[in-house]
Amino acid sequence: MKVAGLQWWKWLCVLLLTYTVWQGFMVEVPRMAILHETIRNLFFHVTMWFSMIILMIASIVYGIRYLRSGNLEYDIKASACIHSGIFLGVLGLLTGSLWAKYTWGAWWVNDAKLNGAAAAMLVYAAYLILRSSLEDEHKRARIAAVYSIFAFTLMLAFIIILPRMTDSLHPGNGGNPGFSNYDLDSKMRTVFYPAVIGWTLLGAWISELEFRIRRIKLHRDQR
Amino acid sequence: MSTVLTLAKKEFLLEWRQRSIIGGMLLYVVSTVFICYLSMKQVVDLPTWNALFWIIQTFIAVNSIARSFLQESKGRMLYYYTIVDAQSMILSKMVYGLGLMVVLSAIHLGVYSLLIGNPVNDFKMFGIAVLLGSLGFAAVITMVSAIAAKASNNIGLVSILGFPVLIPILMTTIRFSKCAMDGLGWAVAQKFALLLIGLNLLVVALAYLLFPYLWRE
Repeated sequence: MKVAGLQWWKWLCVLLLTYTVWQGFMVEVPRMAILHETIRNLFFHVTMWFSMIILMIASIVYGIRYLRSGNLEYDIKASACIHSGIFLGVLGLLTGSLWAKYTWGAWWVNDAKLNGAAAAMLVYAAYLILRSSLEDEHKRARIAAVYSIFAFTLMLAFIIILPRMTDSLHPGNGGNPGFSNYDLDSKMRTVFYPAVIGWTLLGAWISELEFRIRRIKLHRDQR
Repeated sequence: MSTVLTLAKKEFLLEWRQRSIIGGMLLYVVSTVFICYLSMKQVVDLPTWNALFWIIQTFIAVNSIARSFLQESKGRMLYYYTIVDAQSMILSKMVYGLGLMVVLSAIHLGVYSLLIGNPVNDFKMFGIAVLLGSLGFAAVITMVSAIAAKASNNIGLVSILGFPVLIPILMTTIRFSKCAMDGLGWAVAQKFALLLIGLNLLVVALAYLLFPYLWRE
């Protein structure tokens, strides 16, 4: 369904992100020691990571669908999801690092959550190198799909489980109260969830554009 | 199951006949530890001792197991393809990789303790940590080696692709073995042991499911 030339979900994306940026800075947040106004980073950093993980899962799903069908379009979708996942991952890393500088006093600290995130970025980078080292389309699609399913499934398990088992500086872990504890009036939730959906839609939008361009190339080459 | 064992035995015999390969691996272990010994002398700090042990372990694993698929020629792979199924193939490589890792880890631990010292409190638990870690390393690198063999066939690709995937297992193993070093007991170490077993099972299951797609050309 198109509205004024754009798919409806793209309008939703624009709307949600405008709302996120506006409310992200304007909404009333709990006054917390140390965190103060930096708590607003929750609307940007945390939500970008959520979206990155959603895009990662999407690329696993497309990888599986490629392996089952052998249709190269799924492979293009998977790698497009990975590219926009890297984009959001880098943004999440930068916003997180900036936040850490002002709350913990260092750009990077040794912490289970941060290291999990960095490991995920390493897998992304390795995936790109693997793809670029293969010439044949079908072979590249197959091997890249196998590697991404193998590596990302393991990475997801790691990101989800390990931070819950160790003490950490990161909010939401160990003796350190998470954001959910601060958010007593749940006003922050009204920005948080729309932001997650907004960033995910933005990632999907970028992936969709890349997918369409590469699909044209694919069909042109096949002719 | 008997196919898996037969293949693993074949794997062992092939390597055993080329003594230089076995000798090379042993020398790699000894000289790596010796280099660390020369550059660090005695390591008193417990976390450093543990970290160094596992870093060397990682390199030993990559160096010795990466060969499992890289060494196979195209013709021989085609021959295997006609006589065994994909699952037996990957499982046999993993079984052999595990055996190799257990032997190399034992030698590594011996030389490492001799030169750099051994402050481990709970030997039994440390042994279990090494065993479970070796299983994870062997499984991950065998699978990555299968992927890299399909790509540009070089050993550098194995470490590029393998290190990020090893991180979950490595981090869990380091925490687990740290518990053993401090002698904290099973109440504390249990969750790491269970997580490690879970990750290992996940790796084996994924490899089991995904390898058939790698194999057919």
